[in-house]
Amino acid sequence: MTEPDNLSTYVLRLADDAMVLGQRISEWTSNSPNLEEDIANSNVALDYLGRARMLYAYAATMLNTTEDDLAFMRDARQYTNLLMHELPKGDYAFSTVRQFFIDSFDVLYFEQLIHSGDAQLAAIAAKTFKECQYHVRRSRDLMVRLGDGTDESNSRMQTALDELWGYRHELFMDDELETELQQQGVAITRADLQPKWDAAIQDCLTEATLSIPEADWTVSGGRAGVHSEHLGHMLDDMQCLHRSHPGVTW
Amino acid sequence: MNDLVPELDNFQQKIDDEQRIEPKDWMPEKYRLNLIRQMSQHAHSEVIGMQPEGNWISSAPSLYRKIVLLSKVQDEAGHGLYLYSATETLGITRAEMNARLQSGESKYASIFNYPSLTWADVGAIGWLVDGAAIVNQVSLQRTSYGPYARAMIRICKEESFHQRQGYDIMVKLAEGSPAQREMAQDAINRWWWPSLMMFGPHDSDSVNSQQSMKWKIKRQSNDELRQKFVDQTVQQCEILKLELPDPDLRWNEERQHYDFGEIDWDEFYQVIKGNGHCNRDRIKHHVKAHKEGAWVREAMTAYAGKKAQRKDAA
Repeated sequence: MTEPDNLSTYVLRLADDAMVLGQRISEWTSNSPNLEEDIANSNVALDYLGRARMLYAYAATMLNTTEDDLAFMRDARQYTNLLMHELPKGDYAFSTVRQFFIDSFDVLYFEQLIHSGDAQLAAIAAKTFKECQYHVRRSRDLMVRLGDGTDESNSRMQTALDELWGYRHELFMDDELETELQQQGVAITRADLQPKWDAAIQDCLTEATLSIPEADWTVSGGRAGVHSEHLGHMLDDMQCLHRSHPGVTW
Repeated sequence: MNDLVPELDNFQQKIDDEQRIEPKDWMPEKYRLNLIRQMSQHAHSEVIGMQPEGNWISSAPSLYRKIVLLSKVQDEAGHGLYLYSATETLGITRAEMNARLQSGESKYASIFNYPSLTWADVGAIGWLVDGAAIVNQVSLQRTSYGPYARAMIRICKEESFHQRQGYDIMVKLAEGSPAQREMAQDAINRWWWPSLMMFGPHDSDSVNSQQSMKWKIKRQSNDELRQKFVDQTVQQCEILKLELPDPDLRWNEERQHYDFGEIDWDEFYQVIKGNGHCNRDRIKHHVKAHKEGAWVREAMTAYAGKKAQRKDAA
Protein backbone atom coordinates (compact mmCIF):
# COMPACT_ATOMS: atom_id res chain seq x y z
CA MET A 1 0.00 0.00 0.00
CA THR A 2 1.29 3.48 -0.94
CA GLU A 3 1.62 6.12 1.80
CA PRO A 4 -1.66 8.10 1.92
CA ASP A 5 -1.65 11.76 0.86
CA ASN A 6 -4.24 14.42 1.65
CA LEU A 7 -6.65 13.42 -1.10
CA SER A 8 -6.65 9.68 -0.40
CA THR A 9 -7.00 10.34 3.34
CA TYR A 10 -9.99 12.57 2.65
CA VAL A 11 -11.63 10.01 0.36
CA LEU A 12 -11.09 7.32 3.00
CA ARG A 13 -12.79 9.47 5.63
CA LEU A 14 -15.90 9.77 3.48
CA ALA A 15 -15.74 6.06 2.67
CA ASP A 16 -15.50 5.09 6.34
CA ASP A 17 -18.51 7.29 7.17
CA ALA A 18 -20.58 5.49 4.54
CA MET A 19 -19.26 2.02 5.41
CA VAL A 20 -19.90 2.23 9.13
CA LEU A 21 -23.37 3.73 8.84
CA GLY A 22 -24.33 1.32 6.05
CA GLN A 23 -23.30 -1.57 8.28
CA ARG A 24 -25.37 -0.19 11.16
CA ILE A 25 -28.50 0.36 9.05
CA SER A 26 -28.24 -3.15 7.63
CA GLU A 27 -28.72 -4.44 11.20
CA TRP A 28 -32.40 -3.51 10.80
CA THR A 29 -32.88 -6.07 8.03
CA SER A 30 -35.33 -8.68 9.38
CA ASN A 31 -35.60 -6.61 12.58
CA SER A 32 -37.70 -3.63 11.48
CA PRO A 33 -41.16 -2.71 12.84
CA ASN A 34 -42.87 -3.93 9.67
CA LEU A 35 -41.99 -5.24 6.21
CA GLU A 36 -42.33 -1.82 4.57
CA GLU A 37 -39.75 -0.31 6.93
CA ASP A 38 -37.56 -3.39 6.57
CA ILE A 39 -37.42 -2.96 2.82
CA ALA A 40 -36.77 0.77 3.14
CA ASN A 41 -33.94 0.22 5.63
CA SER A 42 -32.27 -2.35 3.40
CA ASN A 43 -32.54 0.13 0.55
CA VAL A 44 -30.87 2.95 2.45
CA ALA A 45 -28.18 0.57 3.74
CA LEU A 46 -27.52 -0.50 0.15
CA ASP A 47 -27.09 3.13 -0.92
CA TYR A 48 -24.55 3.71 1.85
CA LEU A 49 -22.65 0.51 1.14
CA GLY A 50 -22.65 1.34 -2.56
CA ARG A 51 -21.25 4.77 -1.74
CA ALA A 52 -18.59 3.18 0.48
CA ARG A 53 -17.57 0.89 -2.37
CA MET A 54 -17.21 3.75 -4.86
CA LEU A 55 -15.08 5.75 -2.43
CA TYR A 56 -12.95 2.80 -1.31
CA ALA A 57 -12.40 1.80 -4.91
CA TYR A 58 -11.25 5.34 -5.70
CA ALA A 59 -8.97 5.45 -2.65
CA ALA A 60 -7.64 2.01 -3.60
CA THR A 61 -6.45 3.27 -7.00
CA MET A 62 -4.48 6.03 -5.26
CA LEU A 63 -3.12 3.75 -2.55
CA ASN A 64 -2.36 0.80 -4.79
CA THR A 65 -4.58 -1.59 -2.85
CA THR A 66 -8.16 -2.96 -3.05
CA GLU A 67 -11.54 -1.81 -1.74
CA ASP A 68 -11.78 -4.94 0.42
CA ASP A 69 -8.36 -4.42 1.98
CA LEU A 70 -9.43 -0.93 2.95
CA ALA A 71 -12.73 -2.07 4.42
CA PHE A 72 -11.65 -5.34 6.03
CA MET A 73 -7.97 -5.07 6.90
CA ARG A 74 -7.89 -1.80 8.83
CA ASP A 75 -8.46 -1.76 12.61
CA ALA A 76 -10.75 0.53 14.55
CA ARG A 77 -7.86 2.92 15.27
CA GLN A 78 -7.32 3.29 11.52
CA TYR A 79 -10.99 3.94 10.77
CA THR A 80 -11.64 7.68 10.48
CA ASN A 81 -15.44 7.91 10.38
CA LEU A 82 -17.29 10.55 12.39
CA LEU A 83 -18.55 9.13 15.67
CA MET A 84 -22.28 9.59 15.05
CA HIS A 85 -22.11 7.03 12.22
CA GLU A 86 -20.78 4.17 14.33
CA LEU A 87 -23.14 4.29 17.33
CA PRO A 88 -25.20 1.11 17.85
CA LYS A 89 -28.58 1.21 16.18
CA GLY A 90 -30.52 1.61 19.42
CA ASP A 91 -34.31 1.69 19.17
CA TYR A 92 -36.14 2.91 16.08
CA ALA A 93 -36.22 6.44 17.48
CA PHE A 94 -32.44 6.52 17.86
CA SER A 95 -31.83 5.22 14.33
CA THR A 96 -34.40 7.66 12.91
CA VAL A 97 -32.95 10.75 14.60
CA ARG A 98 -29.38 9.75 13.69
CA GLN A 99 -30.45 9.19 10.11
CA PHE A 100 -32.24 12.53 9.91
CA PHE A 101 -29.21 14.38 11.33
CA ILE A 102 -26.86 12.73 8.86
CA ASP A 103 -29.20 12.93 5.88
CA SER A 104 -29.76 16.63 6.56
CA PHE A 105 -26.01 17.13 6.64
CA ASP A 106 -25.22 14.92 3.64
CA VAL A 107 -27.74 16.56 1.38
CA LEU A 108 -26.00 19.92 1.96
CA TYR A 109 -22.51 18.45 1.78
CA PHE A 110 -22.78 16.40 -1.37
CA GLU A 111 -24.68 19.14 -3.18
CA GLN A 112 -21.53 21.24 -2.75
CA LEU A 113 -19.09 18.43 -3.42
CA ILE A 114 -20.52 18.08 -6.93
CA HIS A 115 -18.42 21.17 -7.70
CA SER A 116 -15.21 19.63 -6.38
CA GLY A 117 -12.15 20.19 -8.54
CA ASP A 118 -11.50 16.46 -8.30
CA ALA A 119 -13.49 14.94 -11.15
CA GLN A 120 -13.89 11.49 -9.58
CA LEU A 121 -15.15 12.91 -6.28
CA ALA A 122 -17.50 15.21 -8.14
CA ALA A 123 -18.98 12.26 -10.03
CA ILE A 124 -19.45 10.22 -6.85
CA ALA A 125 -21.01 13.26 -5.18
CA ALA A 126 -23.50 13.69 -8.03
CA LYS A 127 -24.78 10.14 -7.60
CA THR A 128 -24.75 10.42 -3.81
CA PHE A 129 -26.62 13.73 -3.80
CA LYS A 130 -29.54 12.14 -5.66
CA GLU A 131 -29.78 9.41 -3.03
CA CYS A 132 -29.45 11.88 -0.15
CA GLN A 133 -32.45 13.81 -1.42
CA TYR A 134 -34.79 10.87 -1.03
CA HIS A 135 -33.11 9.71 2.17
CA VAL A 136 -33.83 13.03 3.85
CA ARG A 137 -37.38 13.04 2.52
CA ARG A 138 -37.94 9.69 4.21
CA SER A 139 -36.15 10.38 7.49
CA ARG A 140 -37.78 13.80 7.89
CA ASP A 141 -41.18 12.25 7.29
CA LEU A 142 -40.46 9.59 9.94
CA MET A 143 -39.31 12.30 12.39
CA VAL A 144 -42.68 14.01 12.08
CA ARG A 145 -44.76 10.85 12.26
CA LEU A 146 -42.93 9.46 15.27
CA GLY A 147 -42.53 12.83 16.99
CA ASP A 148 -46.20 13.72 16.60
CA GLY A 149 -47.51 10.14 17.00
CA THR A 150 -48.22 8.88 20.51
CA ASP A 151 -46.92 10.00 23.92
CA GLU A 152 -44.57 7.05 23.95
CA SER A 153 -43.17 7.72 20.49
CA ASN A 154 -42.74 11.41 21.30
CA SER A 155 -40.86 10.59 24.47
CA ARG A 156 -38.61 8.05 22.73
CA MET A 157 -37.80 10.56 19.99
CA GLN A 158 -36.95 13.26 22.52
CA THR A 159 -34.66 10.85 24.36
CA ALA A 160 -32.92 9.96 21.11
CA LEU A 161 -32.42 13.66 20.34
CA ASP A 162 -30.86 14.18 23.76
CA GLU A 163 -28.55 11.20 23.30
CA LEU A 164 -27.35 12.29 19.86
CA TRP A 165 -27.23 16.04 20.27
CA GLY A 166 -23.58 16.34 21.30
CA TYR A 167 -22.33 14.30 18.35
CA ARG A 168 -23.54 16.86 15.79
CA HIS A 169 -20.61 19.23 16.33
CA GLU A 170 -18.18 16.83 14.73
CA LEU A 171 -20.07 17.05 11.43
CA PHE A 172 -19.00 20.70 11.13
CA MET A 173 -15.34 20.49 12.22
CA ASP A 174 -12.73 21.34 9.59
CA ASP A 175 -9.20 20.21 10.39
CA GLU A 176 -5.97 21.28 8.72
CA LEU A 177 -6.11 18.57 6.08
CA GLU A 178 -9.61 19.38 4.93
CA THR A 179 -8.86 23.12 5.07
CA GLU A 180 -5.93 22.61 2.72
CA LEU A 181 -8.09 20.59 0.36
CA GLN A 182 -10.75 23.31 0.50
CA GLN A 183 -8.16 25.86 -0.59
CA GLN A 184 -7.35 23.62 -3.54
CA GLY A 185 -11.04 23.47 -4.44
CA VAL A 186 -11.36 19.76 -3.65
CA ALA A 187 -13.18 19.59 -0.30
CA ILE A 188 -16.10 21.48 1.26
CA THR A 189 -16.00 23.81 4.26
CA ARG A 190 -18.08 21.99 6.82
CA ALA A 191 -18.56 24.94 9.16
CA ASP A 192 -20.32 26.90 6.39
CA LEU A 193 -23.12 24.33 6.28
CA GLN A 194 -24.13 24.67 9.91
CA PRO A 195 -26.63 27.57 9.70
CA LYS A 196 -28.65 25.76 7.03
CA TRP A 197 -28.48 22.50 8.94
CA ASP A 198 -29.61 24.19 12.18
CA ALA A 199 -32.56 25.75 10.37
CA ALA A 200 -33.59 22.44 8.78
CA ILE A 201 -33.47 20.67 12.15
CA GLN A 202 -35.41 23.43 13.92
CA ASP A 203 -38.05 23.46 11.20
CA CYS A 204 -38.53 19.70 11.43
CA LEU A 205 -38.56 19.55 15.23
CA THR A 206 -41.28 22.19 15.39
CA GLU A 207 -43.47 20.18 13.04
CA ALA A 208 -42.64 16.98 14.93
CA THR A 209 -43.59 18.60 18.29
CA LEU A 210 -40.06 17.93 19.59
CA SER A 211 -37.59 20.32 21.24
CA ILE A 212 -33.95 21.19 20.82
CA PRO A 213 -32.20 19.53 23.81
CA GLU A 214 -31.33 21.90 26.63
CA ALA A 215 -28.02 20.31 27.54
CA ASP A 216 -25.26 20.67 24.98
CA TRP A 217 -22.00 18.73 24.99
CA THR A 218 -19.34 17.84 22.44
CA VAL A 219 -17.61 14.57 21.73
CA SER A 220 -15.21 14.22 18.81
CA GLY A 221 -12.24 12.15 17.72
CA GLY A 222 -13.43 9.99 14.85
CA ARG A 223 -11.11 11.56 12.27
CA ALA A 224 -8.16 10.78 14.56
CA GLY A 225 -9.31 7.19 15.06
CA VAL A 226 -10.40 7.78 18.65
CA HIS A 227 -13.79 6.07 18.62
CA SER A 228 -16.54 4.89 20.90
CA GLU A 229 -16.07 1.45 22.43
CA HIS A 230 -18.65 0.14 19.98
CA LEU A 231 -16.72 0.43 16.72
CA GLY A 232 -14.15 -2.25 17.54
CA HIS A 233 -16.84 -4.82 18.22
CA MET A 234 -18.69 -3.92 15.05
CA LEU A 235 -15.50 -4.33 13.01
CA ASP A 236 -14.68 -7.64 14.73
CA ASP A 237 -17.94 -9.05 13.48
CA MET A 238 -17.62 -7.46 10.06
CA GLN A 239 -13.97 -8.39 9.38
CA CYS A 240 -13.56 -11.77 11.07
CA LEU A 241 -14.43 -14.06 8.16
CA HIS A 242 -12.46 -12.03 5.62
CA ARG A 243 -9.37 -12.03 7.82
CA SER A 244 -9.64 -15.74 8.64
CA HIS A 245 -8.87 -16.67 5.02
CA PRO A 246 -6.06 -14.39 3.85
CA GLY A 247 -5.51 -13.98 0.14
CA VAL A 248 -8.52 -15.93 -1.17
CA THR A 249 -11.32 -14.68 -3.41
CA TRP A 250 -14.99 -14.92 -2.49
CA MET B 1 -74.63 -33.85 -5.82
CA ASN B 2 -73.23 -30.78 -7.42
CA ASP B 3 -76.65 -29.98 -8.86
CA LEU B 4 -77.50 -28.54 -5.47
CA VAL B 5 -74.71 -26.02 -5.79
CA PRO B 6 -74.63 -24.82 -9.39
CA GLU B 7 -71.84 -22.37 -8.54
CA LEU B 8 -69.60 -25.30 -7.80
CA ASP B 9 -70.10 -26.67 -11.32
CA ASN B 10 -69.30 -23.27 -12.80
CA PHE B 11 -66.28 -22.96 -10.59
CA GLN B 12 -64.89 -26.38 -11.54
CA GLN B 13 -65.67 -25.71 -15.20
CA LYS B 14 -63.65 -22.51 -15.11
CA ILE B 15 -60.75 -24.37 -13.56
CA ASP B 16 -60.98 -27.18 -16.08
CA ASP B 17 -60.96 -24.53 -18.85
CA GLU B 18 -57.73 -23.09 -17.41
CA GLN B 19 -59.39 -19.81 -16.46
CA ARG B 20 -58.15 -17.99 -13.38
CA ILE B 21 -60.29 -17.56 -10.26
CA GLU B 22 -60.26 -13.91 -9.16
CA PRO B 23 -60.92 -12.45 -5.66
CA LYS B 24 -64.55 -11.47 -6.32
CA ASP B 25 -65.48 -14.75 -8.03
CA TRP B 26 -67.52 -17.35 -6.18
CA MET B 27 -65.31 -20.04 -4.66
CA PRO B 28 -65.92 -22.96 -2.30
CA GLU B 29 -65.03 -22.18 1.29
CA LYS B 30 -62.56 -25.07 1.31
CA TYR B 31 -60.78 -23.64 -1.73
CA ARG B 32 -60.49 -20.27 0.03
CA LEU B 33 -59.19 -21.82 3.25
CA ASN B 34 -56.80 -24.10 1.43
CA LEU B 35 -55.35 -21.11 -0.41
CA ILE B 36 -55.07 -19.04 2.76
CA ARG B 37 -53.15 -21.92 4.33
CA GLN B 38 -50.81 -22.38 1.38
CA MET B 39 -50.27 -18.70 0.49
CA SER B 40 -49.75 -17.49 4.04
CA GLN B 41 -47.35 -20.36 4.64
CA HIS B 42 -45.51 -19.26 1.52
CA ALA B 43 -45.41 -15.64 2.73
CA HIS B 44 -44.18 -16.70 6.18
CA SER B 45 -41.45 -18.79 4.54
CA GLU B 46 -40.18 -15.73 2.67
CA VAL B 47 -40.09 -13.70 5.88
CA ILE B 48 -38.65 -16.37 8.19
CA GLY B 49 -36.23 -17.29 5.39
CA MET B 50 -34.66 -13.83 5.78
CA GLN B 51 -33.15 -14.94 9.09
CA PRO B 52 -30.66 -17.70 8.20
CA GLU B 53 -29.16 -15.57 5.43
CA GLY B 54 -29.62 -12.28 7.25
CA ASN B 55 -27.37 -13.85 9.85
CA TRP B 56 -24.43 -13.36 7.44
CA ILE B 57 -25.02 -9.80 6.21
CA SER B 58 -22.92 -8.25 8.97
CA SER B 59 -19.95 -10.57 8.35
CA ALA B 60 -20.08 -11.22 4.59
CA PRO B 61 -16.49 -11.71 3.39
CA SER B 62 -16.32 -8.89 0.80
CA LEU B 63 -18.15 -5.66 0.08
CA TYR B 64 -19.55 -7.11 -3.12
CA ARG B 65 -20.93 -10.18 -1.35
CA LYS B 66 -22.37 -8.04 1.43
CA ILE B 67 -24.29 -5.87 -1.04
CA VAL B 68 -25.56 -8.81 -3.08
CA LEU B 69 -26.70 -10.68 0.03
CA LEU B 70 -28.41 -7.63 1.49
CA SER B 71 -30.26 -7.08 -1.80
CA LYS B 72 -31.31 -10.70 -1.82
CA VAL B 73 -32.66 -10.64 1.72
CA GLN B 74 -34.45 -7.41 0.86
CA ASP B 75 -36.08 -9.20 -2.08
CA GLU B 76 -37.36 -11.88 0.30
CA ALA B 77 -39.05 -9.18 2.39
CA GLY B 78 -40.61 -7.88 -0.81
CA HIS B 79 -41.87 -11.34 -1.72
CA GLY B 80 -43.34 -11.71 1.75
CA LEU B 81 -45.12 -8.38 1.47
CA TYR B 82 -46.41 -9.19 -1.99
CA LEU B 83 -47.70 -12.59 -0.94
CA TYR B 84 -49.36 -11.25 2.22
CA SER B 85 -51.16 -8.69 0.06
CA ALA B 86 -52.26 -11.39 -2.38
CA THR B 87 -53.52 -13.50 0.53
CA GLU B 88 -55.45 -10.54 1.93
CA THR B 89 -57.66 -10.71 -1.19
CA LEU B 90 -59.08 -13.91 0.36
CA GLY B 91 -60.46 -12.04 3.37
CA ILE B 92 -57.76 -12.28 6.02
CA THR B 93 -55.55 -9.47 7.34
CA ARG B 94 -51.76 -9.39 7.60
CA ALA B 95 -52.12 -8.93 11.38
CA GLU B 96 -54.15 -12.15 11.61
CA MET B 97 -51.61 -14.04 9.53
CA ASN B 98 -48.79 -12.69 11.70
CA ALA B 99 -50.59 -13.79 14.84
CA ARG B 100 -51.08 -17.29 13.42
CA LEU B 101 -47.38 -17.51 12.53
CA GLN B 102 -46.33 -16.46 16.00
CA SER B 103 -48.76 -18.82 17.75
CA GLY B 104 -47.54 -21.75 15.66
CA GLU B 105 -50.97 -22.31 14.10
CA SER B 106 -49.57 -21.37 10.71
CA LYS B 107 -46.40 -23.00 9.36
CA TYR B 108 -43.40 -21.86 7.34
CA ALA B 109 -40.97 -23.96 5.27
CA SER B 110 -39.40 -26.32 7.76
CA ILE B 111 -35.99 -26.02 6.09
CA PHE B 112 -35.46 -22.67 7.79
CA ASN B 113 -35.28 -24.49 11.10
CA TYR B 114 -31.81 -25.66 10.10
CA PRO B 115 -28.97 -23.34 11.19
CA SER B 116 -26.73 -21.44 8.72
CA LEU B 117 -23.32 -22.17 10.19
CA THR B 118 -20.76 -20.91 7.69
CA TRP B 119 -20.52 -18.54 4.73
CA ALA B 120 -20.89 -21.54 2.42
CA ASP B 121 -24.39 -22.03 3.82
CA VAL B 122 -25.37 -18.74 2.18
CA GLY B 123 -24.25 -20.25 -1.12
CA ALA B 124 -25.96 -23.58 -0.48
CA ILE B 125 -29.21 -21.93 0.57
CA GLY B 126 -29.27 -19.82 -2.59
CA TRP B 127 -28.33 -22.68 -4.85
CA LEU B 128 -30.25 -25.59 -3.31
CA VAL B 129 -33.04 -24.12 -1.19
CA ASP B 130 -33.95 -21.35 -3.63
CA GLY B 131 -33.37 -23.81 -6.46
CA ALA B 132 -35.93 -26.19 -4.99
CA ALA B 133 -38.31 -23.31 -4.27
CA ILE B 134 -38.10 -22.16 -7.90
CA VAL B 135 -39.02 -25.59 -9.27
CA ASN B 136 -42.12 -25.45 -7.11
CA GLN B 137 -42.87 -21.81 -7.91
CA VAL B 138 -42.49 -22.14 -11.66
CA SER B 139 -45.20 -24.77 -11.47
CA LEU B 140 -47.34 -22.40 -9.37
CA GLN B 141 -47.24 -19.74 -12.09
CA ARG B 142 -50.15 -21.73 -13.53
CA THR B 143 -52.02 -22.10 -10.25
CA SER B 144 -55.76 -21.44 -10.53
CA TYR B 145 -55.99 -18.42 -8.19
CA GLY B 146 -55.16 -15.29 -10.21
CA PRO B 147 -53.41 -13.15 -7.58
CA TYR B 148 -51.23 -16.09 -6.52
CA ALA B 149 -50.29 -17.01 -10.10
CA ARG B 150 -49.34 -13.41 -10.90
CA ALA B 151 -47.32 -13.12 -7.69
CA MET B 152 -45.41 -16.24 -8.69
CA ILE B 153 -44.51 -14.87 -12.12
CA ARG B 154 -42.94 -11.84 -10.56
CA ILE B 155 -41.29 -13.71 -7.71
CA CYS B 156 -39.78 -16.36 -9.99
CA LYS B 157 -37.87 -13.71 -11.92
CA GLU B 158 -36.11 -12.57 -8.76
CA GLU B 159 -35.67 -16.07 -7.38
CA SER B 160 -33.69 -17.13 -10.39
CA PHE B 161 -31.22 -14.31 -9.62
CA HIS B 162 -31.07 -15.60 -6.07
CA GLN B 163 -30.25 -19.07 -7.18
CA ARG B 164 -27.53 -17.78 -9.47
CA GLN B 165 -25.96 -15.74 -6.66
CA GLY B 166 -25.97 -18.84 -4.46
CA TYR B 167 -24.40 -20.95 -7.18
CA ASP B 168 -21.87 -18.21 -7.88
CA ILE B 169 -20.81 -18.29 -4.23
CA MET B 170 -20.39 -22.08 -4.51
CA VAL B 171 -18.33 -21.74 -7.72
CA LYS B 172 -15.94 -19.31 -6.04
CA LEU B 173 -15.59 -21.57 -2.98
CA ALA B 174 -15.12 -24.67 -5.14
CA GLU B 175 -12.36 -22.95 -7.11
CA GLY B 176 -10.82 -21.55 -3.93
CA SER B 177 -8.53 -22.74 -1.15
CA PRO B 178 -8.80 -26.22 0.41
CA ALA B 179 -10.56 -24.65 3.41
CA GLN B 180 -13.08 -22.97 1.10
CA ARG B 181 -13.76 -26.23 -0.76
CA GLU B 182 -14.21 -28.04 2.51
CA MET B 183 -16.64 -25.37 3.68
CA ALA B 184 -18.62 -25.76 0.45
CA GLN B 185 -18.76 -29.56 0.68
CA ASP B 186 -19.84 -29.40 4.30
CA ALA B 187 -22.68 -27.03 3.41
CA ILE B 188 -23.86 -29.31 0.59
CA ASN B 189 -23.78 -32.28 2.97
CA ARG B 190 -26.06 -30.48 5.40
CA TRP B 191 -28.47 -28.81 2.94
CA TRP B 192 -28.98 -31.46 0.26
CA TRP B 193 -31.44 -33.75 2.01
CA PRO B 194 -33.46 -30.98 3.64
CA SER B 195 -33.79 -29.41 0.16
CA LEU B 196 -35.31 -32.65 -1.17
CA MET B 197 -37.69 -32.65 1.80
CA MET B 198 -38.95 -29.20 0.79
CA PHE B 199 -41.21 -30.79 -1.84
CA GLY B 200 -43.17 -32.51 0.92
CA PRO B 201 -44.08 -36.15 1.53
CA HIS B 202 -44.33 -38.75 -1.23
CA ASP B 203 -47.51 -38.38 -3.32
CA SER B 204 -48.90 -41.50 -1.67
CA ASP B 205 -48.56 -39.88 1.79
CA SER B 206 -49.55 -36.31 0.99
CA VAL B 207 -52.78 -35.29 2.75
CA ASN B 208 -53.57 -32.04 0.95
CA SER B 209 -52.52 -33.05 -2.53
CA GLN B 210 -55.47 -34.67 -4.25
CA GLN B 211 -58.03 -31.91 -3.77
CA SER B 212 -55.36 -29.30 -4.53
CA MET B 213 -54.63 -31.00 -7.85
CA LYS B 214 -58.31 -31.11 -8.79
CA TRP B 215 -58.65 -27.40 -8.06
CA LYS B 216 -55.33 -26.79 -9.81
CA ILE B 217 -53.93 -25.01 -6.79
CA LYS B 218 -51.13 -27.50 -7.25
CA ARG B 219 -50.18 -28.32 -10.84
CA GLN B 220 -47.58 -31.03 -10.39
CA SER B 221 -47.14 -33.62 -7.68
CA ASN B 222 -44.49 -33.50 -4.94
CA ASP B 223 -42.57 -36.43 -6.42
CA GLU B 224 -42.62 -35.03 -9.96
CA LEU B 225 -41.23 -31.71 -8.79
CA ARG B 226 -38.61 -33.36 -6.58
CA GLN B 227 -37.39 -35.46 -9.53
CA LYS B 228 -37.12 -32.35 -11.69
CA PHE B 229 -35.00 -30.65 -9.03
CA VAL B 230 -32.67 -33.65 -8.62
CA ASP B 231 -32.18 -33.95 -12.39
CA GLN B 232 -31.15 -30.32 -12.81
CA THR B 233 -29.00 -30.13 -9.69
CA VAL B 234 -26.81 -33.20 -10.23
CA GLN B 235 -25.23 -31.64 -13.29
CA GLN B 236 -24.66 -28.34 -11.54
CA CYS B 237 -22.86 -30.18 -8.75
CA GLU B 238 -20.67 -32.03 -11.25
CA ILE B 239 -19.42 -28.68 -12.57
CA LEU B 240 -18.40 -27.75 -9.03
CA LYS B 241 -16.55 -31.08 -8.73
CA LEU B 242 -18.20 -31.53 -5.34
CA GLU B 243 -20.29 -34.47 -4.14
CA LEU B 244 -23.98 -34.80 -3.36
CA PRO B 245 -24.20 -36.91 -0.18
CA ASP B 246 -26.18 -39.83 -1.64
CA PRO B 247 -24.48 -43.16 -2.53
CA ASP B 248 -27.62 -44.27 -4.40
CA LEU B 249 -27.61 -41.35 -6.78
CA ARG B 250 -27.16 -42.55 -10.39
CA TRP B 251 -28.50 -41.98 -13.90
CA ASN B 252 -31.28 -44.38 -14.87
CA GLU B 253 -31.14 -44.83 -18.64
CA GLU B 254 -34.53 -46.46 -18.80
CA ARG B 255 -36.38 -43.78 -16.81
CA GLN B 256 -34.22 -40.99 -18.27
CA HIS B 257 -33.98 -39.59 -14.75
CA TYR B 258 -31.62 -39.82 -11.81
CA ASP B 259 -32.45 -42.40 -9.17
CA PHE B 260 -31.79 -41.26 -5.64
CA GLY B 261 -31.84 -42.68 -2.13
CA GLU B 262 -34.71 -42.71 0.34
CA ILE B 263 -35.32 -39.51 2.28
CA ASP B 264 -35.13 -39.72 6.08
CA TRP B 265 -38.79 -38.93 6.72
CA ASP B 266 -38.32 -39.38 10.42
CA GLU B 267 -35.97 -36.38 10.41
CA PHE B 268 -38.48 -34.43 8.30
CA TYR B 269 -41.32 -34.96 10.79
CA GLN B 270 -39.03 -34.42 13.78
CA VAL B 271 -38.03 -30.97 12.52
CA ILE B 272 -41.63 -30.05 11.68
CA LYS B 273 -42.66 -31.12 15.17
CA GLY B 274 -40.23 -28.68 16.73
CA ASN B 275 -37.05 -30.70 17.07
CA GLY B 276 -34.94 -28.61 14.70
CA HIS B 277 -32.08 -26.39 15.90
CA CYS B 278 -33.83 -23.13 15.14
CA ASN B 279 -37.61 -23.68 15.50
CA ARG B 280 -37.73 -21.62 18.66
CA ASP B 281 -35.13 -19.03 17.55
CA ARG B 282 -36.93 -18.19 14.32
CA ILE B 283 -40.23 -17.44 16.03
CA LYS B 284 -38.53 -15.68 18.93
CA HIS B 285 -36.69 -13.41 16.47
CA HIS B 286 -39.94 -12.61 14.67
CA VAL B 287 -41.85 -11.92 17.89
CA LYS B 288 -39.05 -9.72 19.23
CA ALA B 289 -38.92 -7.51 16.13
CA HIS B 290 -42.71 -7.32 16.08
CA LYS B 291 -42.95 -6.38 19.77
CA GLU B 292 -40.13 -3.85 19.63
CA GLY B 293 -41.75 -2.26 16.60
CA ALA B 294 -45.23 -2.03 18.17
CA TRP B 295 -44.77 1.55 19.36
CA VAL B 296 -43.61 2.58 15.87
CA ARG B 297 -46.66 1.10 14.17
CA GLU B 298 -48.96 2.62 16.81
CA ALA B 299 -47.34 6.03 16.36
CA MET B 300 -47.75 5.86 12.59
CA THR B 301 -51.43 4.99 12.95
CA ALA B 302 -51.95 7.74 15.52
CA TYR B 303 -50.23 10.30 13.29
CA ALA B 304 -52.33 9.28 10.29
CA GLY B 305 -55.45 9.74 12.45
CA LYS B 306 -54.37 13.22 13.59
CA LYS B 307 -53.53 14.23 10.05
CA ALA B 308 -56.94 13.13 8.79
CA GLN B 309 -58.63 15.03 11.62
CA ARG B 310 -56.70 18.20 10.86
CA LYS B 311 -57.65 17.89 7.22
CA ASP B 312 -61.32 17.56 8.15
CA ALA B 313 -61.11 20.56 10.50
CA ALA B 314 -59.46 22.74 7.86
